Amino acid sequence: MLKDHSKHPTRRSFYAVLIQLLGATAAAVIAVPAAVFLLFKPKSPGAGAMVEIADLADLETGVPQEVVYYRTRVDAWKATKEKTTAWVVKNGPQSAVAFSPQCPHLGCIYHWEDDLTAFKCPCHASAFGLDGKVLAGPAPRPLDRYVSRVEGGKLLIGLQVKRS
Amino acid sequence: MGNGVRDWLEERTGLPSAIRHFLDEDIPASAGWPQVLGSVALFAFLIQAATGVLLALNYGPTPTEAHASIRYIMTELSAGPMIRGLHHWGASCMIVVVALHMMQVFVWGAYKKPREATWIAGCALLLVTLAFGLTGYLLPWDNKAYWGTTVTTQIVGLAPGVGVYLKRLLGAENDSIGTLTFARFYSAHVVVLPIATLLLIGLHLYLVRRHGVTPAAEDAGKPTKKFYPEQMFKDSVATFCYVLVLVLFANFAKLGLGSLADPTDTRYIPRPEWYFLFLFETLKLLQGPLEVLGAVVLPNLGILALLLVPFLDRGRAIRVRQRTVAIALTAFAVIGWAGLTEGALATTPPSMEDPDAGLRPPQPWRELPPEQLAAIGYFERDNCARCHVLGRSVSGPDLAKDPSAKPADWLLDHFTKPSLEAPNSRLTAAQKKSLVTLVTKRDDRALDAWENPPEEAIAGAMLYDARGCGFCHTLNGSGAKMAPILNGLAARRTRTWVAQHFADPPKLSPNSEMPAYKFNPQDLKAITDYVMAIPK
Repeated sequence: MLKDHSKHPTRRSFYAVLIQLLGATAAAVIAVPAAVFLLFKPKSPGAGAMVEIADLADLETGVPQEVVYYRTRVDAWKATKEKTTAWVVKNGPQSAVAFSPQCPHLGCIYHWEDDLTAFKCPCHASAFGLDGKVLAGPAPRPLDRYVSRVEGGKLLIGLQVKRS
Repeated sequence: MGNGVRDWLEERTGLPSAIRHFLDEDIPASAGWPQVLGSVALFAFLIQAATGVLLALNYGPTPTEAHASIRYIMTELSAGPMIRGLHHWGASCMIVVVALHMMQVFVWGAYKKPREATWIAGCALLLVTLAFGLTGYLLPWDNKAYWGTTVTTQIVGLAPGVGVYLKRLLGAENDSIGTLTFARFYSAHVVVLPIATLLLIGLHLYLVRRHGVTPAAEDAGKPTKKFYPEQMFKDSVATFCYVLVLVLFANFAKLGLGSLADPTDTRYIPRPEWYFLFLFETLKLLQGPLEVLGAVVLPNLGILALLLVPFLDRGRAIRVRQRTVAIALTAFAVIGWAGLTEGALATTPPSMEDPDAGLRPPQPWRELPPEQLAAIGYFERDNCARCHVLGRSVSGPDLAKDPSAKPADWLLDHFTKPSLEAPNSRLTAAQKKSLVTLVTKRDDRALDAWENPPEEAIAGAMLYDARGCGFCHTLNGSGAKMAPILNGLAARRTRTWVAQHFADPPKLSPNSEMPAYKFNPQDLKAITDYVMAIPK
């Protein structure tokens, strides 16, 4: 970078190279762990348990039910037990689906409208059918579903949401 | 292309010529390795600042959040232990480098006219660096941090007249520290001290540059040389070595986390960080009415003496070799400091605390009364899970959802004969009573243990219940007060002592009325493990 006027150009550039090398190594030794620290996904301790939220015997096929249940949410270093909801639709004697209560557009809470036979979001008027598909409005994808399974006539869901 | 960029920057910012001017500095012919320490100290500060910011991005800065967030950093974030290690060991390493830099400047006599202001700014930087160490010490909010800082604030309060106001400033008005103290220390550490440091570093560097590196006596008449490249090369090598040592520490030296601060734990032995141990030892040597001397007078006299050095030594510059007074004083200070520190270390009893206690996730079963934990064992033994599965409703209701509302009599009958197909219960009346408590009164901690049963601990708890230890001992708030409370036993006794004590109590505890208890090896391990696992 400096104009070289000294009597020993090779020795000077040797120093320059070494200074840059030492500087770059020292910087990397700090910068690499820093990048890992900031950008790697945190290891989450066992947030995979499924929770029972509904008994299929209590549900009517094709009639959405807003189910209130408790789950443990891991939020960085805090684990909180919170009360939350899911829209459950029974679509067979042994099968049901649980939709996340948040609209896939911008996260507003939507509701089932009986007279429209559709889920309707009050924010930007997105509408969804019983199967979660978008019927109208700006929603970019169908309703998100919780990973779920039916065991012994009961519906269990996990924390993870599957984007359709 | 490079020339074009350089010219663009030069015309708009003047940065290239500013850098060239900086690198072109004239330094005395004798300047060399001793003069690298200032640059290393600056770089050490930059590492502290960078790692400090990284930690702050994942830290909960209140007493309720601090400890758990550090556990999160250490156990869940990749490179978390590395970044925390760099910051923790970097604090100690920086203090060493700052002290070495000060000693070098002192022995070389580089504080003489016109460099007195540079020296004073340097002294201020030393104090700010120590203040960083002091305030940072509290931030993990474990017992070491809490009790160490409690002692510090009490010492500060000893200052005659101003002590009350100083304590008020530190947020430690009464005899204990808490939320306000934490807020003061944290904001000092990340706002006030960094701003002060940047200003002081700016002043210090400006003054160093203004007066130039101090020439030695033998430099008279010799031509100066340029900072770049030889001296900058030496600075780079020294800084690189510093980073290397620091990374080795961060990677290999053990850095755990103590258990969460417990203000009721009056048996904890507080200690400051190693670089303050010499003050700690001085206080021990000057007790009673001399306390003020050791806590207030001597340290302040020491600081005053440091500040006045350029005014006490106004002689002309002489060769370093001839500065016998300065060398002797430095040697005396180092030996004195080392002696006091060694004295403090020698009289610190070895800690029986688990250094990683704070890194383990909270295990609620450790706080349960033993009969509740044992009740989970009875639940398993009677195979109640055949009908009662936690988290779902099978034949019987989900006991995890809500506590049972059935009356105790109904439950006792139910346990005796749960259903037509089930065999009769093998539990005793007392055990069934414990089960009633579990089912009707259980709180979230019991529920956690119930859903994730720690089998070995449950075995220990069942033994504890079966042998009636609670008739004399208290554990987790349950039991009688005739014998010592068993919480925190692991910090007081070793496993061997506990095992031998079961076999022959009066031998190890004279005047003990405890009968001898025989266990088979498996049971002995279970009950010892259980009792030793219960924290204070």
